[in-house]
Amino acid sequence: MKVSLFVTCLIDIFQTDVGMDTLELLEKLGCEVDFPEKQTCCGQPAYNSGYVDKAKESMKHMITVFEHSDYVVTPSGSCGTMFREYPHVFKGDPVWEPRAKKLAEKTYELTQFIVDVLGVEDVGAKMNGIATYHTSCHMTRLLGVKEAPMKLLSNVEGLEMKPLAHNYNCCGFGGTFSVKMGEISEQMVDEKVQSAEDCGAEILIGADCGCLMNIGGRIDRKGKPIKVMHIASVLNSR
Amino acid sequence: MAMKIGEKPFKERVTDGIGDVFMRGAVSSAQGRFRSGRLNAAEELGNWEEWRKLGEEIRTHTIENLDYYLDLMSENVSKRGGYVFFAETAEEANEYITNVVKKKNGKKVVKSKSMVTEEINMNEALENAGCEVIESDLGEWILQVDDHDPPSHIVTPALHKNKEQIRDVFRDKLGYDKTEKPEELALFAREKLREEFLQADIGITGCNFAIAESGTISLVTNEGNARMVTTIPKTQITVMGMERIVPTWEDMEVLVSLLTRAAVGQKLTSYITALTGPKQEGEIDGPEEFHLVIVDNGRSKILGTAFQSILHCIRCAACINVCPVYRHVGGHSYGSIYPGPVGAVLTPLLGGYDEYKELPYASTLCAACTEACPVKIPLHEHLLRHRQEIVEKEGKAPVFENLSMKAFSLGTASPSMYNIGSKLAPKALGAFTKDDKISAGPGPLKNWTEIRDFPAPKKDRFRDLYKKRKKERGE
Ligand code: SF4
Repeated sequence: MKVSLFVTCLIDIFQTDVGMDTLELLEKLGCEVDFPEKQTCCGQPAYNSGYVDKAKESMKHMITVFEHSDYVVTPSGSCGTMFREYPHVFKGDPVWEPRAKKLAEKTYELTQFIVDVLGVEDVGAKMNGIATYHTSCHMTRLLGVKEAPMKLLSNVEGLEMKPLAHNYNCCGFGGTFSVKMGEISEQMVDEKVQSAEDCGAEILIGADCGCLMNIGGRIDRKGKPIKVMHIASVLNSR
Repeated sequence: MAMKIGEKPFKERVTDGIGDVFMRGAVSSAQGRFRSGRLNAAEELGNWEEWRKLGEEIRTHTIENLDYYLDLMSENVSKRGGYVFFAETAEEANEYITNVVKKKNGKKVVKSKSMVTEEINMNEALENAGCEVIESDLGEWILQVDDHDPPSHIVTPALHKNKEQIRDVFRDKLGYDKTEKPEELALFAREKLREEFLQADIGITGCNFAIAESGTISLVTNEGNARMVTTIPKTQITVMGMERIVPTWEDMEVLVSLLTRAAVGQKLTSYITALTGPKQEGEIDGPEEFHLVIVDNGRSKILGTAFQSILHCIRCAACINVCPVYRHVGGHSYGSIYPGPVGAVLTPLLGGYDEYKELPYASTLCAACTEACPVKIPLHEHLLRHRQEIVEKEGKAPVFENLSMKAFSLGTASPSMYNIGSKLAPKALGAFTKDDKISAGPGPLKNWTEIRDFPAPKKDRFRDLYKKRKKERGE
């Protein structure tokens, strides 16, 4: 199966290992993976701040970049959601709406792709530890991917999963919210870190680098003994 | 109390809210109760998504044909001998209400819970005209006794107070000498309120749903005091926002089913009161005179805009009860009697961006509200739409943000610009980096690093690693 990898700008610049893990994992699962090098950002930071016209420029660019792909797979629920939203953003545009629709239809978040398209629930990963999973908002509520990550994680050998209290509450990232409304964001992320600590997890796993940067950054600042990991890295552990 | 509460700027209100340990304890435990109650009630009903869809359809159809149904409502109320007044503004509504009260020589008004009377500041208008106004909803009454503390929630207005605080209010203001047990507190309130009811000459109610086909107003409550407001005083005035209307009793049944479940996790509330005009010949109770005041106060301006669906709201507060921002800042932080997600959408529409431009940003767009709303209002999309209006139409975005978004679109719409920018990032941030982390960042990063570390950009980006890997493999 031919797959184009959309790594997202956060992974391209900050979490390169997550990108590598995604690439290797997909290859292990038998996919032929390419990385269209002209890719940039899905436009979300501008879009969510209300700069829709500016966001549209990046969106058009991304639509063009992935025009020839069969599948687009991304290790980010939030950026995947953004791609899926493109037709809505370009609604009524005779040129861009149909092109956006094509991209939306072939875009999948990583775990969604593995479970729903490849039909795999056990990727053969091994990792020892006690972990909990942070359900990110856009991925669960807007993209509707709820079960896939849990299915995959429950089959990781050696990994014990603990439920996270109030897992439905946002971690307080929200893109520019995290800096614009820092005081509120702090309370939200603190509660999240507290819940992770309370459940006894050594590892907090997530499927969105934005949330993980937020929660992980707070954990580091507070010096808590919890490691933050992207689900791609967990699933690529052997 | 008008829609606006408090004079402090947004940031200060938030700081106050976050610092209020009692309020936060009360809110987070209430959110837990409301959430599980709503989910259980929805599951027990079955096909919740179908119900929501039906609710959405009813509300969409009604608001699309609002003028028709308002006409029908008004006609039917008149037929039964009631008076109807359309108030375009808060002032017009208050003037009409005050005149009715004056004409009746009313001295004491008892009222049931109503958000729209708060919005138009009706109590103050009546008090200025020499009337005494008594709130009969327990939560509202507590707030009234506590020197008019503003409501912090649209269903449970005194949510921010715990029982010890309520005991103290009763003790300090009314000489209460019992404990903080809810039963004892309620009994005390009941005795006090009974006296008021018997003396009142005017009853004023809000309205949950006005049923157009019969000209009926309905009230959904648990305490039953709203029913007393409609039965004891001789004159009744009902005040409703113009969107509180439903076409038929059948529609009302659907919406009540959604409302009570979404609001408090109940199949039905203890009381659902329906009143069709004044007392008719041969009837034994009901008011002798009935007035219906239908308030616009900025609502018709929302009609026909992209925000129209906010008028579908049935004021259940489910969106507030799941909001993770409300959870930490509480209702008063929003500076409006309409807090939480519904408030962040509605308040700027009714009160303008000058006063309320921060509210649409007080959300992570996590969409918990949209998921909870029983009539499927896309609340987080409305918040986004507000941001767009503020930026693009109103030009009210901060200059710095504007510039960085310009840079963003330059840097992401063109691969070569992105390439240069992302390559330079590690160098640019090098001086701030230690152990692969940035603990005190420059510019906009500063706000981030005030509370958390930021990862340092990698020297080799993913794209560089990918290229290397490809080369090594001889691809
Ligand atoms: S917006 Fe929806 S969830 Fe919020 S109060 Fe209104 S009806 Fe309830």
